[in-house]
Amino acid sequence: MASSNGSNAAIVGTGQTEFSKSSGRSELQLACEAIKAALDDAGLTPADVDGMSTFTIDNNEDVDLVRSLGVENLRFSSRVGHGGGGSVGPLAHAMAAVDSGLADVVVCWRAMNERSEYRFGASKMSAVGGAPGAGTGFIEWSLPFGSASPAAWTAVQAQRYMHRYGVTNEDFGHVSVQLRKYASTNPNAWFYERPITLEDHQASRWIVEPIFRLLDCTQESDGGVAVVVTSLERARDLKQPPVRILHATQAVPFEFETVTNYYHEDLCSFDAGIACSRELYRRTGLGPRDIQVGMLYDHFTIAIYWHLEANGFCKQGEAADFVKDGHIAIDGTLPVSPNGGHIGEAYIHGMNNIAEAVRQVRGTAVNQVAAVENVLVSAGTSGAILSRAS
Amino acid sequence: MSDATPAVQRPAPHGSRDSAFFWEGCRRGVLMGQRCADCGAWRHPPRPMCPHCQSVEREEVELSGRATLYSWAKPVHPPLPMFEPGYLIALVDLEEGQRMLSNLCDVSPEAIEIGMPLEVFFVETAEGGAVHQFRPRQAS
Repeated sequence: MASSNGSNAAIVGTGQTEFSKSSGRSELQLACEAIKAALDDAGLTPADVDGMSTFTIDNNEDVDLVRSLGVENLRFSSRVGHGGGGSVGPLAHAMAAVDSGLADVVVCWRAMNERSEYRFGASKMSAVGGAPGAGTGFIEWSLPFGSASPAAWTAVQAQRYMHRYGVTNEDFGHVSVQLRKYASTNPNAWFYERPITLEDHQASRWIVEPIFRLLDCTQESDGGVAVVVTSLERARDLKQPPVRILHATQAVPFEFETVTNYYHEDLCSFDAGIACSRELYRRTGLGPRDIQVGMLYDHFTIAIYWHLEANGFCKQGEAADFVKDGHIAIDGTLPVSPNGGHIGEAYIHGMNNIAEAVRQVRGTAVNQVAAVENVLVSAGTSGAILSRAS
Repeated sequence: MSDATPAVQRPAPHGSRDSAFFWEGCRRGVLMGQRCADCGAWRHPPRPMCPHCQSVEREEVELSGRATLYSWAKPVHPPLPMFEPGYLIALVDLEEGQRMLSNLCDVSPEAIEIGMPLEVFFVETAEGGAVHQFRPRQAS
């Protein structure tokens, strides 16, 4: 059972495939490989698994994974909506399942060929009844106006922020440069050994003018990532030092909308991220100054601003300067996504950021931050604080 | 006009049972809003229950069509065959308080000002549909 101060669930294994633009194998195989690697990392076998959780937009079914992996009896299975914003949701479900006794060993995964089989970031103009990330009626109110891609959906929110705070596209470039710098020293990153300059960013073509250039957009990746969750008690007998899920939560505030989140009063204020952060700090008793690393969901450069402000790492409207002044660098006050994030490492919809959070707490990351006690993972409609187990 | 008819027509809006009145209004050239019949609160996008008083009684009311510009963007890539290059998307705040996505027409990006007054008009889509558009409104 959970103690009064945080959950007693822990991440005991992470696994991933290579990150590519063409995996050459099925999404089911990617999921199987990532989960098997995570179980190997933990010192567990598929027969130990009795719970599973993933995204509603993952194309793999639990029954196929059970049959492929050789899971003997699944007692718990769930899926979380809201696209990548919900990516920490499976971890919250796994935590709750373990804390309640609904399951003992839960795997969370995301695996896809979003680059080679379909184009996740492409125009959804032909979509009828939905698109990746859907699950609400947002397509109905966007497509007839030629707002048909994630970049277009996000740009009108970003423009309002730019207008309010006098931020320019060049400011966004500093986010991109930092994440690509991290990726350049991460051998698992797609952009390994390929840093960029601010000039490269400013020379990249417009995707949505005058808001996002190509180098403001995350990439599309083929790949899979999985993590294994069990109780702290069981974790003591396993291979890896456990990474405690101090708390994980979902957040869907009033008037929130998946992707086209246009209907709350002030679009400069990230309603879901704020709700998530409040809950995480309330439940753990921690605050922004207790966090050593932020794994922030970067589908576009500006999202880093939104997460920094929503989680209290800087004040509202100050994120552009916070980034420009070097605070998200490896020696800054809050290193952000030292794996390179989605923009630099791979876009496995937040799951690769969770895996990096685990490595940072274990102390095994390639771009390791010093003395990590707590990592905050912020995806939007979900988030978690992962901590060193005392 | 920035909404000159391209070779491929703009896709028709596909509404739900809850939003059919809105798109039907567009076909008649009228911007319709949804208001709670009990507490009077406006809401958009349409939904079956008032989130403030939980009433399912609702009114579908013709709106003024006046709005101000909340935000905008110019999608460049990928080009869409059913839209003229240079088309603008916009978030507008209606006089009655709701916010909605639309297109901003008859203005060049250089002349755009956040907060500028706008007025509604309508264009046809494929399948005999119609959608709302906004353009600058002269101060009256």
